[in-house]
Amino acid sequence: MFSYCADPSTLSGLTWLSCYLTTGVHMSFYTAFGKVLLLLAITAPVALGFGFLGAMSARSPVAPVAWLGKAYIAVVRGVPDIAFFLFFVIALDQGFEYLRHKVLCPDWDQPIRQGNDFIVCQAAKLPLGSAPEWQHETYGFFLAVLTFSIVFGAFAANVIFGAMRAVPRAQMETAEAFGMTRRQSFWRILVPQMWVYALPGLSNLWMVLIKATPLLFLLGIEDIVYWARELGGTKTPRFTDYPHGDWRVWYFLALLVFYLTFTRVSEKLLDRIMQRLSHGQATAAGEAQRRAQA
Amino acid sequence: MSCWETLADYGLRSLGIGERLLPRSDFTICQQVVLIGSGLIWNIYFGVLALVSGFFLATAVALGKASQHRWLAKPADWFILLFRGSPLFIQFFFAYFLFLSLKGQYEAFDLFTSAWAGALIVLFLNTAAYSAEIFYGALRSVPKGDIEAADAYGMTGWVRFRRITWPTMLRLAWPAYTNEAIFLFHATTLVFFSGFPARQQKGDALYYASYFADKTFNPFVPYPILAGYFILLTLVIVGIFGLANKRLNRHLPQEARSRMRLRMNLIR
Repeated sequence: MFSYCADPSTLSGLTWLSCYLTTGVHMSFYTAFGKVLLLLAITAPVALGFGFLGAMSARSPVAPVAWLGKAYIAVVRGVPDIAFFLFFVIALDQGFEYLRHKVLCPDWDQPIRQGNDFIVCQAAKLPLGSAPEWQHETYGFFLAVLTFSIVFGAFAANVIFGAMRAVPRAQMETAEAFGMTRRQSFWRILVPQMWVYALPGLSNLWMVLIKATPLLFLLGIEDIVYWARELGGTKTPRFTDYPHGDWRVWYFLALLVFYLTFTRVSEKLLDRIMQRLSHGQATAAGEAQRRAQA
Repeated sequence: MSCWETLADYGLRSLGIGERLLPRSDFTICQQVVLIGSGLIWNIYFGVLALVSGFFLATAVALGKASQHRWLAKPADWFILLFRGSPLFIQFFFAYFLFLSLKGQYEAFDLFTSAWAGALIVLFLNTAAYSAEIFYGALRSVPKGDIEAADAYGMTGWVRFRRITWPTMLRLAWPAYTNEAIFLFHATTLVFFSGFPARQQKGDALYYASYFADKTFNPFVPYPILAGYFILLTLVIVGIFGLANKRLNRHLPQEARSRMRLRMNLIR
């Protein structure tokens, strides 16, 4: 990175550290932080969408649709979520390959599961065996995002379902009195009002989502945990210009600090949003604001 | 090989008793059920010990946080912040590597680099922090009248705490604490995926489930088995905590008794 880094063995102290922290592998480590943020940025809205759909179908007057929605919400309870993560990554991958296999190779007569193997035709492989490395990585990341979204979508559905029921009944009755249809009262009355009830649960969920991101490591993504283990391990002079002992504890300390700061900042921000949303609402927090002004 | 033989061979495999080699091919459902169930012993071990020991620390920390003294309140606050603000997964990794590097200097830390002691400490501190936050919230909502009544009876200090404040705090905190307990048991599945080695393949339920999923390349059998075990475990916890809840609320009129409402607080 810097011009004085040409021969690290002559350096010491801070200059050595500045060179060490800007090596190529460390840049990959820093990019991995970007990966975590990217995962959060994609997962949060997608999971919210899944959650909204789940809650909507759980409220549906059509019984089978309501069962489906309720089953989706209930399925994440009682089972460790990490089991879901490990399960969905393989299950989704096999599901996609199975579907492609059915479409692309209709004249394949052998069974797909042969003992301990899962065999689909070459054309159905995802990504294709000949695909470049970045496609494999992107596909892996895509699977991870989808897995996170499914699991967190169920959590969000639970929160939103509760929030929809928390909207005062009188509001909906008024809507009916005005002659609104079910659909109209849902979109015009229920949905705008439910957010203030959903926000405490959703902000809790956001914190949980942040704290779940290191599980990316279990899904086979080269994330910050992966790099912290790689970079922190003992390095001998034979393989690197920057030999050092076992520094993994320091790398994980850095991750710990990163997450603590991240959750702390989120907490402050979400508090502020809650303040803003409560303004003028018929809730205890809104009432308190009104009193403070008066 | 019949299922009984499998049970005899692998029933206590997670503790290192029985057949040394794990099955390598021709996996039967029975083998999967037995081995995953055997791994559950570790989940129960971690969960129960961390919960029982964490309960006492949690009470102490909650009292500390509610205390008037800054020197008690601040450290308690930081403790809770540290363990609730960071992922358990990272805490496990950090603790493991910390113990590993301390081992170089002090022989005593050799113990803590193995999962049964090291991971237990992390879980103990973690659940103490989460429970302390629950207890602190309950402590703040102990009805004022209860304390005033205790004062009127001339109760002070330890007696007032032991007979009035503490039981009421527990009663108010119990539903949330039940969730924490369920959740703690789920969190124990992270242990063997986070640095702590499973020596001689002595792992927990998820460890064996993922072993089978890797070997058979079929996630649709081992993970549902694991899910079944955990749903059973959850039901047992709910049952036991429900009994305790009944006892804590036994003095209240029937309709005022708070029904246990379960709300999961998900991943930590």
